[in-house]
Amino acid sequence: MLTRERASGIFDRIRRFSAADEVEVLFTGSHFALTRFANNTIHQNVEEENCLASIRTNFGGRTARATANQFDDESLKRAVEASESLARVPDPDPDLLPMPDANDAGDADRNVRATRFFEQTAAITPGDRANVVGQMVGVADRHKLTTAGIYSTSESLEGIFNSRGLARWHTQTLAEISITMLAEDSSGWQKLNSPDVCNLDPLQLAETAARKAVESARPREIPPGKYTVVLEPSAALDIVGFMFWDYSGMAILDQRSFLNDRIGTKLFGENINIWDDAGHPLQAGSPFDGEGVRRQRVQLVEQGVVKRVVYARGTAAKMKKSEYANKVGAIEPTGHGFPLPNEMGEMPQNIVFGAPENPQSVEQMIASTGRGILVTRLWYIREVDPYEKIVTGMTRDGTFRIENGKGQGGLRNYRFNQSLIAMLSNVEAMSVPIRACGEESFDMVVPAMKVREFNFTEVTKF
Amino acid sequence: MKTVALLALDTAAARWATYADVRIVQMRNRALTTKNGRVGHASESESLGVGVRVIANGAWGFSASADLSDAAVVATAARAVEIAKASARVKRQDVHLAPEPAAVAEWTTPYKVDPFSTSVEQNLGLLLKVDAEVRAVAGVTLAETGMTFAREESWFLSSEGADIHQTKYSTGAGYTAYAFAGSEIQKRSYPNSFGGQWQNRGYEQIEEMKLVENARRVAEEAVALHRAEQCPEGVFTIILDGSQLGLQIHESIGHPIELDRVLGMEANFAGTSFLTLEKLGSLRYGSDLVNVVADARQEHGPGLGTFAYDDEGVAAQSTPIITNGRFTGYLSSRETAHTIGATRSGGTLRAEGWNRLPIIRMTNISILPGEKPLTLEQLIADTEHGVYLETNKSWSIDDKRYNFQFGCEIGWEIRNGKRVRMLKNPSYSGITTEFWNSMDAICSRDEWTLWGTPNCGKGQPQQVVGTGHGASPARFRNINVGSAYKS
Repeated sequence: MLTRERASGIFDRIRRFSAADEVEVLFTGSHFALTRFANNTIHQNVEEENCLASIRTNFGGRTARATANQFDDESLKRAVEASESLARVPDPDPDLLPMPDANDAGDADRNVRATRFFEQTAAITPGDRANVVGQMVGVADRHKLTTAGIYSTSESLEGIFNSRGLARWHTQTLAEISITMLAEDSSGWQKLNSPDVCNLDPLQLAETAARKAVESARPREIPPGKYTVVLEPSAALDIVGFMFWDYSGMAILDQRSFLNDRIGTKLFGENINIWDDAGHPLQAGSPFDGEGVRRQRVQLVEQGVVKRVVYARGTAAKMKKSEYANKVGAIEPTGHGFPLPNEMGEMPQNIVFGAPENPQSVEQMIASTGRGILVTRLWYIREVDPYEKIVTGMTRDGTFRIENGKGQGGLRNYRFNQSLIAMLSNVEAMSVPIRACGEESFDMVVPAMKVREFNFTEVTKF
Repeated sequence: MKTVALLALDTAAARWATYADVRIVQMRNRALTTKNGRVGHASESESLGVGVRVIANGAWGFSASADLSDAAVVATAARAVEIAKASARVKRQDVHLAPEPAAVAEWTTPYKVDPFSTSVEQNLGLLLKVDAEVRAVAGVTLAETGMTFAREESWFLSSEGADIHQTKYSTGAGYTAYAFAGSEIQKRSYPNSFGGQWQNRGYEQIEEMKLVENARRVAEEAVALHRAEQCPEGVFTIILDGSQLGLQIHESIGHPIELDRVLGMEANFAGTSFLTLEKLGSLRYGSDLVNVVADARQEHGPGLGTFAYDDEGVAAQSTPIITNGRFTGYLSSRETAHTIGATRSGGTLRAEGWNRLPIIRMTNISILPGEKPLTLEQLIADTEHGVYLETNKSWSIDDKRYNFQFGCEIGWEIRNGKRVRMLKNPSYSGITTEFWNSMDAICSRDEWTLWGTPNCGKGQPQQVVGTGHGASPARFRNINVGSAYKS
């Protein structure tokens, strides 16, 4: 893996090769390994090491980027030349800011109080992964099920150096297990990740997935319609994740956000509080953004009221001069920008839902539900209406009927068409938020949710 | 590069791998966008690395590195063998590969103009001209354009003696006009949504797209959608334009015919398939008019799934997938071919880059055009009452590929053979086989386009590759329309 010292040396060489007014190099890289299993067999098993140096050059209000993964002089010179050639073409952008210095960027290290790099995760070998997979396959065999899934481990780096003296470096590890258990006409699923492999319990994940597969066997069909649902954290995460692209100053300026004309209004139920907080102990990722600016803790939603959105440096400056300046709450760089140049601006990616006053477990939510549906996982979610924030998708791998406070066996899978605004206005109960992950959205700290009048429109054939 | 590959093969053999292949890939990309009259994104990238795939102790291992020094290549190949031996600890049977002649070949995408030989000034000049045309229409609140080129040069060598050098080019461009007013955001895209149209060609692809010529019309439609009526909910005859039919093929034919899905290899992520093995040769997939092929050959056209050899050295082929409505073929690989009684792979194993293991992917999955001459306007004229839908806006399908729902950017009500009014927010949904069996007309060759889907995701770790989908407009009867807005 690339070290900070070697990266600094590469940056120094790039500076020497460049004639630009300003130079920034964003380093990203990882040593990534993934063991994949299906039909109770390891069928794919991969490992890779790669590192990128992405060079941004500025010339008098113009900027562009070129990226290389070879660090010899010839490759770096070619990338510098490509970046500079691109940067010379556009007309100057009056809104382009100088690159941030250390003062502009803030102290990102303050964000993360504990390390996100764990030697025990980095040290996992192919043999270690095979042993764990073997144990999870053993669970499948014991329940007479077929299993498929992954066990991955990685160490990754992200660093930024620029010619105004800014230097940022972040390393972390991540271990992840995702497992599906399949029976003849049903299935169950679980997924979890953590920077520290010790936080994963593979056998518990396998047993839970197996229980869901067994208990949802011989699924029945009830008519589509509006039901109270209990969304497990992964399901809640995957659906709500579709709104966070809109919590962006640039999305407001572009008039492509469902929050246009709605910031400051009570859009959701009073029990909804949402932060973006890269420093939260259950979060992962780097403490700085694509320009190296410290990611700040930002409250996006307070008691159902959308308070504000996040900003890259350039977007904040632009917003202050815009017609929206008095309508969008606080405007300041929050450290959520994507690497420049880009057209999307920024987005919050370390979402943390506030804990409810009276948290309920999933079991308590089921017990208080007369008629409803328990959802393990949602799938293939896509936006139908960008302003009403209607999204569609399917249930998958563990959908259960709830009658009179009890689980009453498996259901076939359903298509939903649901407004996220309506959904977050109809949350009746939440669990303590946990670190969760899905497949449709990024990892979050999110609770299980009990939601009334969730809109299922069709049922599929299994 | 050949020396590097041979070093990796020798290393794997010395560690008792029974099979090995090496892919060295050099990628170059240019990506340009504009937004509301300014350059949004301007970047170039290069990536070079080696991926080593081996079978040892009857199981797979794969390792990849960007470091092509001798020491690193030896370590990468040795690591692949070590990983394979770990895989063998959790196996039920040994991996066997269908035989394939060891090809020695050179191939390059046919092109007229190397896209990287064109200047950035020329590229951005065109995009900014489109951008200006779009923003000239009152009511447009956001104009976005984009253009991307890619060049992928690969060297594939195997322990069986294959030695294949391929260079593929792809180009794509498109734009979207957004109009926000009241409580609605409407948009129109050209030539297709989510990036436009993509093919394996040179810059001539861009020059032939008529990007500027269509910009005003597209922008005017985005604004006009605010005045259009909501698409009604009900059961209707629908006509899909070619680009939407291409995506319909992608989701409800292309993915379910992937044999790795069928065999459960993708069960944890992408899902499985309703097309279980006993359905081959017997399932009535669609009406008699439905003829679909998986065709990676150049003679099919310059699709994003066109190549000479796949990423395990199997020559490009054409496989009949649906023949006169009957299900006749899967997408297969050397490892999976035997499960359908085939003696040879269908040649569909593809990887995103040097650092990814090749897996079964769509090539060009195309519906063949109707044999009788039929234009879109003739098809509309032949339709008493229905909805014509253009350009995808949203897409979703379950994990066995039965139940789907698509939204389109714009719809038109057809009455007595004429488009009588614009409809906003059109959507339709259904069950895959019921839908394809309801097709009662398809336009002929003149209306057929080989569309490109550049963003198909599959696998863990996820890989994004481009796929091709030839389609012409087609008509479907008794389709559920409007359920996306059902409350």
